[in-house]
Amino acid sequence: MFEFLLRMGDNTLVLGHRVSEWCGHSPVLEEDIALANIALDMIGQTRLWLGLAGEVEGQGRDADALAFRRDVWDFRNLLIVERPNRDYGHTLMRQFLFDLWHHERLADLCLSSDDRVAGIAAKCVKEADYHLERSIDLVVRLGDGTAESHAKMQAALEALWPYVGEMFVDDGLDVEMAEQGIAPLPSSQRARFDAALDRALARATLIRPESDFAQKGGRSGTHTEDLGHMLATMQFLQRAYPDARW
Amino acid sequence: MYAQEVKSTGKGVKALEEMSAEERAFQERIDAGEKIEPKDWMPDGYRKTLVRQISQHGHSEVVGQLPEGNWITRAPTLERKSILLAKVQDEAGHGLYLYSAAETLGVSRADLIDDLLAGRAKYSSIFNYPTLNWADMGAVGWLVDGAAIVNQVALQRTSYGPYSRAMVRICKEESFHARQGYDIMMKMAGGTAAQKQMAQDALDRLWWPALMMFGPPDADSVHSAQSMAWKIKVMTNDEGRQKFVDQTIPQIEYLGLEVPDQDAVLDAESGHYRFTDPDWREFFEVLKGNGPCNVDRLRARNMAHDEGAWFREGLMAHAKKQQIAAE
Amino acid sequence: MTNEWPLWEIFIRGQHGLSHRHVGSLHAPDAEMAILNARDVYTRRNEGVSLWVVKSSDISASAPGRKGPMFDPSNDKTYRHPTFFDIPDEVGSM
Repeated sequence: MFEFLLRMGDNTLVLGHRVSEWCGHSPVLEEDIALANIALDMIGQTRLWLGLAGEVEGQGRDADALAFRRDVWDFRNLLIVERPNRDYGHTLMRQFLFDLWHHERLADLCLSSDDRVAGIAAKCVKEADYHLERSIDLVVRLGDGTAESHAKMQAALEALWPYVGEMFVDDGLDVEMAEQGIAPLPSSQRARFDAALDRALARATLIRPESDFAQKGGRSGTHTEDLGHMLATMQFLQRAYPDARW
Repeated sequence: MYAQEVKSTGKGVKALEEMSAEERAFQERIDAGEKIEPKDWMPDGYRKTLVRQISQHGHSEVVGQLPEGNWITRAPTLERKSILLAKVQDEAGHGLYLYSAAETLGVSRADLIDDLLAGRAKYSSIFNYPTLNWADMGAVGWLVDGAAIVNQVALQRTSYGPYSRAMVRICKEESFHARQGYDIMMKMAGGTAAQKQMAQDALDRLWWPALMMFGPPDADSVHSAQSMAWKIKVMTNDEGRQKFVDQTIPQIEYLGLEVPDQDAVLDAESGHYRFTDPDWREFFEVLKGNGPCNVDRLRARNMAHDEGAWFREGLMAHAKKQQIAAE
Repeated sequence: MTNEWPLWEIFIRGQHGLSHRHVGSLHAPDAEMAILNARDVYTRRNEGVSLWVVKSSDISASAPGRKGPMFDPSNDKTYRHPTFFDIPDEVGSM
């Protein structure tokens, strides 16, 4: 259960952090404000998931201790969320692919046999619903927009595609969670994800890559090089001044 | 944030009897406390001064995202990260409200932003100073937003309707900014020795630039008279600065930190603090572009704008296609 | 820059069943995006339950110079206001 909650909380922690890196640097003021809202939602969700994880673990660690005092190998997020921002199209495509998965996942978790999980999911799914609407909207518009915006979105899709498969791989923990009715198997989401993806890509005039090769490892603690750098920045104050309260 | 008045036209204020009928009717409306609205007749000078002041104010908000944005990825707790992000997001919102107010005067946001990016427009000098430790996030909210609030509360009474309404909205949001800043300072000043050192360091560095935010001394700011008559400006630079010092020194003492100005002393008779002027030479150098961060701030804004062009154009192209398809 | 997103005026209905009220403006490529942007820009503090967006260029306004002829005539029609009439207390509220 603890690991399962880390998987949920680390996704939003890491992606919320990546999105917050844009603050003050996005293409237009309206977008800066919208993106900050998404980051704020994700950080808020992180506090709920990691807060519950700390409770379940029972070792006196709260959400902050889990976020700021674990090393890379203890993180359980999907690799896609730690991929660097690159250009704005890359950021939006990463958000779109994540939101497609995340929204379905949360909708499923609303039916969890664990009331605490169902409660958090019910709160988060409303936010994820809005994120998904915005993400689809922007991907469709930019895919269709100019030759340049189309090319950037197609390139981003291809660069991120190898990180999609990991969302739907079942492992031992997933089987255990499914047996207890806490969370359905990730693989059970794939068909719905594909259908929604194909609908959006068709409107966006983007082509879905053929390959089904998937980069994996994030959910069991083997990450890309980028996560270590992100944590070095994010955890700096807590690591350098371990006695301080902020 | 707010706009810093430094430029002077050198012209005095006309007496009512020297004015044309239109000018006089206009001045009488202002004197009667009426608001001027976008389509009302207004003197060219009024329009120009407003566009300059409101756009400088807007630029300050937008550039003002950067010094605090510098710490979002290093905020020490999830809650602090959320608060800081929400605050910087508000600054973007304030920039947007102000640009909108300027646009009611017949200028486009795109042109205003071009002026900023090309270095033709001014923004508040304070944002050309760096944020070097976490306590700066406290000091910026407390001192910089605190100084801005002094100005902006007064500007709610400004004569131009859209500007005044933007100020009302901004002031409502701004007190959250100052309070979260002071909250950080309390934690830092009452924390470990290292935290207290960060707090003092932040205060020492930002005190003088915060005093400069009100603009040069009244004696050197001829332009103020006309702006005051038009109620584009409703408080003089020195009045604002005094008010800020009077409210801030007791707050420093409450934190148990040292006042960076060793000669600051309460004048029992007037009830006001006497304090040392900031280094005005430094102020004018920063305005000219020679502050520690001028180049970096403009570079960051230019990069965001240039690298975002394809995004803005892509969305516009799609909207146009849809519109044509619908017709 | 000729390709600037157009300006939209934003109207919000607050929580209490009041009319939509003008709150400000923003830029967006079209109406749909204007609504999304307005949600993010103008309802950050739980300000509303419904949004209208109108392209600024589509708004027609009364001419400020005509303020007298347009609005003064209603000044002397005080009989339109309920307080114009004295109703005896005995009649009860009306």
